[in-house]
Amino acid sequence: MARFNAELGVILKRYPEDRKAAAMIPALRLGQEIFGWLSPAVQLLCAERLGTSPARAEEVATFYVMLETHPHGRHVVELCTSIGCSLSGAHRMFQALKQKLGVENGGTTADGRVTFREVECLGSCGTAPAMLVDEDMHERLTLEKVEKILGGLK
Amino acid sequence: MSETLILSQRWGKKDSHTLASYRADGGYRSLEKALGMDPPAIVNEVKVSNLRGRGGAGFATGLKWSFLPKDIRPRYLCINADESEPGTFKDRYIIAHDPHMLIEGIAIACYANDIHLAYVYIRGEFKKQAQILHDAIQEAYAAGILGPKVMGRDFSLDLHVHRGAGAYICGEESALMESLEGKKGYPRLKPPFPAVVGLWGKPTIINNVETLANVPWIVEHGGAAFAALGTGKSGGTRLFCVSGHVVRPGVYEKPVHYNLKKLIMEDCGGVVGGRKVKAVIPGGSSAPVLAAHEIDVSMEFDALKAVGTMAGSGGVIVMDESTCLVRALSRISMFYAEESCGQCTPCREGTSWMEGIIHRIEHGEASAADVDRLEQLTGNIMGNTICALGDAAAMPVQSFLKKFKPEFLAHVEGRGCPFGDHAWGLTQESREAVVGEMRV
Ligand SMILES: Cc1cc2nc3c(=O)[nH]c(=O)nc-3n(C[C@H](O)[C@H](O)[C@H](O)COP(=O)(O)O)c2cc1C
Ligand code: SF4
Ligand code: FES
Repeated sequence: MARFNAELGVILKRYPEDRKAAAMIPALRLGQEIFGWLSPAVQLLCAERLGTSPARAEEVATFYVMLETHPHGRHVVELCTSIGCSLSGAHRMFQALKQKLGVENGGTTADGRVTFREVECLGSCGTAPAMLVDEDMHERLTLEKVEKILGGLK
Repeated sequence: MSETLILSQRWGKKDSHTLASYRADGGYRSLEKALGMDPPAIVNEVKVSNLRGRGGAGFATGLKWSFLPKDIRPRYLCINADESEPGTFKDRYIIAHDPHMLIEGIAIACYANDIHLAYVYIRGEFKKQAQILHDAIQEAYAAGILGPKVMGRDFSLDLHVHRGAGAYICGEESALMESLEGKKGYPRLKPPFPAVVGLWGKPTIINNVETLANVPWIVEHGGAAFAALGTGKSGGTRLFCVSGHVVRPGVYEKPVHYNLKKLIMEDCGGVVGGRKVKAVIPGGSSAPVLAAHEIDVSMEFDALKAVGTMAGSGGVIVMDESTCLVRALSRISMFYAEESCGQCTPCREGTSWMEGIIHRIEHGEASAADVDRLEQLTGNIMGNTICALGDAAAMPVQSFLKKFKPEFLAHVEGRGCPFGDHAWGLTQESREAVVGEMRV
């Protein structure tokens, strides 16, 4: 909690004194980073600190795909299957990875290690296929490359 | 013959993202010059330059700046780095390779428009780029380029990075402001336009990253020189993003009116495996598709409009002859169904229906009547929504049907996809083997 308060303090400096609510996304992201996911309690914490209603925090937390309102695996792997990546092999990669991990789209492996899902264009279509692993971008993927990355996740 | 490069000239240079490197190449001299000018004179140079917005709509930048009401303060600037239109991947390289050029453009724009607070709204997925930009901004503060006295003058400017969290719709300018205010990204009804009622209810300018990155060059060389690089009502160069089945995908800086076919066949090395082009989307996935015989065309805004499509965000998506266009459209439609904010019925329902019908056509579960119904649906969406996402979803469908209808009907009649397992084209299967170099 000390870390949350300290880092939120830094974030709030970027917004006008009377516009604290603007920090909702950064606050939720911070909460997610520290507490793992946005449980109702974390949402409430953000709402309180920013002086908004809990409903506002919930509205934001559920609107954006990078905000997690449910617990997930230790790692989140998001493969882009939008048009640019699919033209470059992402569709096949998606099928292969679901099979390898033994999960459906959005599922978590039985050991709780990886949550896997397909996502929309990551702005990396020139270096397709692309994926995010815990928010880090990986580009120019091949199946071998992906398997190596997945193998490195504890 | 050397082509003029405004935006990508310093890319690839060692430490090009640092202040020291930018300064060594003459950086921030334009800001220095601008601070000695009358603000309206700067706006006028931008008008003369024929700079048009690189975010998608191609709106004249100088004109946009002159819509701010004279007597309302504060005013804000929002820099759009949401870059989420499929096929678009240029702003991220400006930020990664030359963040100070963007900061300089922002500072000049703020001085010209009497703005003292600006936010770069960057999509959440660009973590690395957000960090680079944040660090560059801190460098600029430390050097007195930002802060209470910009370059020692009586002008204050604060600039911050605001990271999004994954929502295409937040690239739409009014949704961007809603999101920045700490809400879900629901577009606002217009009018009033942001120039009058924007962020926190105040007059606000929203410009794309690439648009603003041109401003230092315009101040240095003059609006007329920028205009001369282009043609008609569009000045300068542009970053074209080429993806899909070309040999060398990547970002190419070319004059705004560069020829699309030349870009694909010469600069990008044509299609992998020597296959032929089948279809090209010239301006991000929202832009109507062009058939192969239509691509010998200038990519300038008005030129592409004249052939029924749009220059949009500069995202050129190339599909070769081995691609199933029903499959391609099906994936594009899924994107819009996923990304509709759900606020208006024609868009929320319409994008899902379109996705559903196209999916059924692709899998041989639809009738010829469904193909007609699909066409009608696009008409019901177009022009009936709060923001342009509705149109953006309908336009690809209309254009694919118009130009490639036999392919849709073949799916209906053959009760399935004639391309079978290879619907995404042969290139995706051979890409690793064939493609050596990707150019960024
Ligand atoms: C659905 C939708 C998504 C958009 N996404 C972006 C985007 O990611 N980046 C961008 O710069 N403009 C985007 N735009 C365009 C913006 O609304 C706005 O016109 C633009 O940022 C203005 O800047 P400019 O005049 O410099 O181009 C989008 C528009 C719509 C309707
Ligand atoms: S057109 Fe679609 S995305 Fe735009 S406001 Fe309406 S529902 Fe939302
Ligand atoms: S389509 Fe995958 S990054 Fe753009």
